[in-house]
Amino acid sequence: MPHADDVLFRTLADPTRRALFERLCREGEKTVGALTARARVSQPAVSKHLGVLKQAGLVRDRHEGRQTHYSAQLGALAPLIDWTSRMAGFWQGRFDQLEDLLKRMDQ
Amino acid sequence: MTNTATEALSVVVERDIPFPPEKIWRALTQPHLIEEWLMKNDFNPVVGYRFSLRGDWGAADCQVMALEPHKTLSYTWGAFGLESLITWTLTPTSTGTHLRMEHSGFRPDQQQAYQGAKYGWKKFFASLERVVGGLP
Repeated sequence: MPHADDVLFRTLADPTRRALFERLCREGEKTVGALTARARVSQPAVSKHLGVLKQAGLVRDRHEGRQTHYSAQLGALAPLIDWTSRMAGFWQGRFDQLEDLLKRMDQ
Repeated sequence: MTNTATEALSVVVERDIPFPPEKIWRALTQPHLIEEWLMKNDFNPVVGYRFSLRGDWGAADCQVMALEPHKTLSYTWGAFGLESLITWTLTPTSTGTHLRMEHSGFRPDQQQAYQGAKYGWKKFFASLERVVGGLP
């Protein structure tokens, strides 16, 4: 596994950071101020989280005058989808084994 | 693409199984039976009970979160720094049981999911590949 995935999962494991990212996914580009208005943390904290998200490749920033606009980079989520398909494979296999066991068990 | 990170990190497996919920419930909750299809464990069907699931790749630290006999069972699955949630739902049908399992990677209410450098995702994936690749 490339190092980038490790960073990605660690980045999204933080609930506040994940909420910010998900909001950008849902609502599109936003400024730090707009994000702070509905977050439960201070603007410096929001900025710090956005910095971490940016380092992980999950958001991109765009400067316009004195404002910085952030947008989600959905392509960076690919490893999550990979996780999902791996886990799906794991559980499908376990379901097979569960069914085999049920056939062997007495009533 | 409308998937959020939370949605992306969730797995659902559903099957119609030709056995009654009571029988499937035994397989889901009795340690010697769990071991036969999932992993070695010290499970105990009591809400709040902490147990572990042990595979060749390591152990998952788990805790029973909810339980309603023959209907639903959920437990956390903590491994390599990520605490995920597994929920089993059993629905009786005319031919047996509809069994549904949801494994969610990020719980909305979880606090500190990632526990620093103690474990790494890389290790988790490498191990998971081995698990998927053919453990008994």
